[in-house]
Formats: sequence, C-alpha cells, structure tokens
Amino acid sequence: MLEARNLTVAYDHRIAVADLSLTLKPGEITAIIGPNGAGKSTLLKSLNGQVRPSSGTIFLDGQPLEKLNRRSISRRIAVVAQEAELRFPVTVLEFVLGGRFAWATNSGWGWETEHDLQIADAVIRETELSELSGRLMNELSGGERQRALMARALATEAPILLLDEPTANLDLSHQATLVALVRNRCDRNEAAALVVTHDINLAAQFADNLLLMKEGRAVYSGTPEQVLQPQILQDVFEVKVLVDAHPVTGGPRVTPVHDSYRHP
Amino acid sequence: MAAPARQDRVTLRKTVISCALLAAALLLAVVLMSLIGSEPLPVRASLCSIASLGSTSCGLTRDQFDILFQIRVPRILLAAAVGGSLATAGAGYQALLRNPLAEPYLLGISNGAAVGTMTALVFFGANEWTRPVLAFTGALLATLAVYRLARGRAGSTPERLILAGVIVTTFLSSVIVFVTTLMDATRIRSFTFWLLGDLSGTSKALLPVTITVAIAGALILTLNARSLNLLMLGERDAFDLGVEVGRVRVVVFVVASLLVGSSVAASGSVGYVGLVVPHLARLSLGSDNRISIPAAALGGAVFVIVADTLARTLIAPRELPVGAITALIGAPLFIYLLKRA
Repeated sequence: MLEARNLTVAYDHRIAVADLSLTLKPGEITAIIGPNGAGKSTLLKSLNGQVRPSSGTIFLDGQPLEKLNRRSISRRIAVVAQEAELRFPVTVLEFVLGGRFAWATNSGWGWETEHDLQIADAVIRETELSELSGRLMNELSGGERQRALMARALATEAPILLLDEPTANLDLSHQATLVALVRNRCDRNEAAALVVTHDINLAAQFADNLLLMKEGRAVYSGTPEQVLQPQILQDVFEVKVLVDAHPVTGGPRVTPVHDSYRHP
Repeated sequence: MAAPARQDRVTLRKTVISCALLAAALLLAVVLMSLIGSEPLPVRASLCSIASLGSTSCGLTRDQFDILFQIRVPRILLAAAVGGSLATAGAGYQALLRNPLAEPYLLGISNGAAVGTMTALVFFGANEWTRPVLAFTGALLATLAVYRLARGRAGSTPERLILAGVIVTTFLSSVIVFVTTLMDATRIRSFTFWLLGDLSGTSKALLPVTITVAIAGALILTLNARSLNLLMLGERDAFDLGVEVGRVRVVVFVVASLLVGSSVAASGSVGYVGLVVPHLARLSLGSDNRISIPAAALGGAVFVIVADTLARTLIAPRELPVGAITALIGAPLFIYLLKRA
C-alpha cells in the first residue's frame, strides 16, 4: 500500500530521516517509537508529501507519490496530527465534514452530499462525539478535540492512517477507545496504520510491528517481542529499563528504572 | 444530538436565501441613498427616472437629472464596488492568515496600493489606467511583506500579525510622505482627503473597472471557499485533507490584492470595512466561507453606501471623507475583537 525506499529527509543540511525503508501492509498497525528528535514526525510528514524527501522514493499503491495529485493522495492517506490552534468558530460536525473534501467533485465550491453527512454521522458516533456534534470546536476539552481530529481522519475513508501522538491528550479510557478504533479499521477494512507514539507499552499492546528510530535511522524493526528488549532500549533511550511480561496479554512490558528512584 | 448540528449547517439553500436578501438590501440602498443629499430631489420623479434607467420624461429638471445620474448614482455604485471589494479582500486575508483581525487597511496593504496610485499620479498623471495597475502592484508587494513578516513557526499569532501590519504601514506612510513632497502644493489637500478614503472624486473611466474587479474577485474567492474553510484551520491540516495549499494561497494573494488595488485607486484607503463586514457576516451566518464571503461582499457594498451617505450629508454642504466614518465604526470593534482574541 505505502512503501518508502531509502528515504532521506534533510532540513537545511540537518538530516532528519536517514536512508529509511518501510512498508505498510493492509491490516497491520506499525508503531514508530524512539527518543525526542529521532525524526519520527518528519518521517510521517514525508510519507504523505508534506515534506519533500531529499532522496529516496515513496510509493502509494505502486505509484511514486510525487506523480499523484493532492486530492487523490488525500483520499488514500489520512493524517491525525497534533492539533492546530483554532481561531474561527467551527462546529464539530463542520470540522469532521472537512474530511470529505478530497471526495468532492468540485474542490472549491460544491456542497456536502447526503452520503458525506451519513459518513460524518457514523464516525462521530464511533468516536463518541454524537452529543457534541453541534458544539464549537474551541469549546471542547483537549481530549474531545483529539477525538474530533480522529473522526475527521476516519471520515476520509482513507485506507492508510498516519497518526502523530494520537493518544497524547486522552485519558485511559479514551486511549483504549482510540486504539480500538484504529485496530477495528485495520481488521475490517484492511486498512494500514502508522502510529508515532511515546507510549511504548500502549504500542506493545496494539501494534503488529514496531519501528525503533534514533537520529533519523531505523535502528530496529520487528514484532514488539523482537524489538522491546532491555539491551536495545537501553542503547536507544540511554536509560535503564526493565522488561517483563504483561500480566494480561503476556506481551512485553517496559518500565524505565531511574537511579534516583524513590524507594518506598 | 446530531440533528440540531445538521440543521445549523450552512447549505446551498441557506446561502442562496441569505444572498438574495442581501442583494435586495443592496438594491434598496442604491435607490434610497440616491434620493438623499445636500440638494433635495423630488422623490416620485427621481424614483421614476431610476426605475426607467435614466428616462428624461419623469419631470426632473435638467440640473436635477444631472445631479442624480452624473453625480449621485455613479458615486453610489463606486461606494458599492469599493465596499464589496474591501470586505471580500478582508475575508480572504482572514482565511489566508488564519486570523480574524486581518484587514487590508490595518495590515498596510491599502498603503501599498496608495503608494502605487500616487506613483502613477505623479509620474504617469495623464494615463488613468496606470493607477489601478500600480495600485495592484503596490498591494501585492505589501501583502507579500506582511505575510512573510507575520508568519512565525506557530503560524501568525494575532500580536505578530498586527506588529507586521504596523511595520508595513509606518514604512509605507513614510514613502507616501516622500511622494507627497514631489507634488505641487495645491494638490496636497485633496490628497490628504483621498488618503483617508474619499469617494467624491469618482472617476467615470475607472468606475467600470472597479465594479468588474469587485464582482470577479468576490466570485473567484467564493469559488475557492471550501478550500479556504480548511485553510482557516491550518495549512498543514488543509494540505493533509487534499487542498492544493500553494495554488489557493496564490489565488487569494492575487485576487485580494487586485480588490484592494482597484478600490484604493478609485477612492483611497477606506479603513476597517474588511474587518467590520466579514465579522458581522460570520457572526450572523457562521464561519463557512461559502456563505460568509458572498454575504460579506454584498454587505460591504451596503455598508460603504450608507457610510458615504453619512459622510456627504452629516455636515452638508461640506463633506467628510468616508474613511473617517468607517473608522469611527471599525476601531471600537477592532478593540473588542483584540480583547477576545
């Protein structure tokens, strides 16, 4: 579906992503983890054309990304980015309907069809925003806005989801809901998701593959069990960690161990 | 519940109805305001003459007929074109800069157009067509300057945008002073008036140009309204959702500069129209540009017609520059918006 081959992205001579290759397959969730400044968000931006790679190629369904027009990319790749500041009053429904833009027959004028409205209603229900759909976005809490961002991405019906810290503003229960939504899309629609996250344990639970990045390079990739090993994590994050089995899932569970830990 | 949100949503039907009502208000304003002025005209005969599009057999004297069709109606049509242009340009800049405080006059873009117009007057005085052309060039350069100055890493914060506007405005004001010194003393007074926004010097030759630009500009921005809706939420979001951000940005830059250029060339810098009118449009009809841009265009036309009627009648037979009236209304609103931002 989406493939990056030997991707390098540089900002003013600083290399943000170095010679990275990656393939997203239908039905799979890939999580990117790594320290701050590892190039995770830049990688995500380059995958939908927001940032131009300095070398390497990205293929979307076999075609080079730079050969495709903007709207045909947006019909296939949806992004949940960290939110921008809203200065104009927009309702949740209007915001979510923004996700239907790429499907409009007329890009400038033109109105949402009944089909667009049905999809918006459905994703608003999925993200548990039904009661807020008439409210203004800037009246919502951070977590509610995050869910609206997710709803808008789902409204695009794109088979590829790129998510940048999607759970950052969410409480425990909504984190679980959001992860379930992504999982569900991948299972049901054969969608593929790429998630940038700092929450290693959440990634270990929901991701099929992990990609560990450091200084722009993909240093390790594989299943959570393969990647989440104490030695690997210590090398990359430069902190001592304890890895044991999750009491419920049996998968790896990571706990950082600091020298200054408070002993009860 | 989902139902009320669906009903509040802007639809084609709601847009058509709102715009039809505003168009009717505009027509009414054109007719009524042409009856008001320092020289009283017989109402019935004037209405008859307007309704028949300039018939001479309605009982108006030769002088009355000339006042109506040579002076008032062209001036009112110019006011409509200028108001529509400035309000549309304001709505465009606001979406582009993601900032409800963006306004051509406050950002110094009108000053850019003024410098262009003055350059045309001083160096190519005989050729009237050079005025809108150079005014457009000046507006475009000023727009680019403000855009570059206002954009920080986090987009343009209101404070940064206004500072950028202050810098561009003061710089261009110095240029204006410089160009003024090149003029002969007799023209300076009429110039000062013109700078504040003045419709009394309506040029017959430029009127069709100003009207055409106003209508074409409002149409083009309206046809990009859905893209602008997403651009208002952030350039990255818009890009991700399928907007060709670069293309839309160029369209707004060029069209808004054309609108400001043609209205400044015709009437000087009428301030605050681009702030007051789009704000009222959004307040009453919502932020969707598919309705707020055409509504602002029509509303702006009505607003400046009324403001100009006040300007020419309040202390008749003397006149105020229309820009003084719009600023008296706009400045307090600006303070209110700034406090809320």
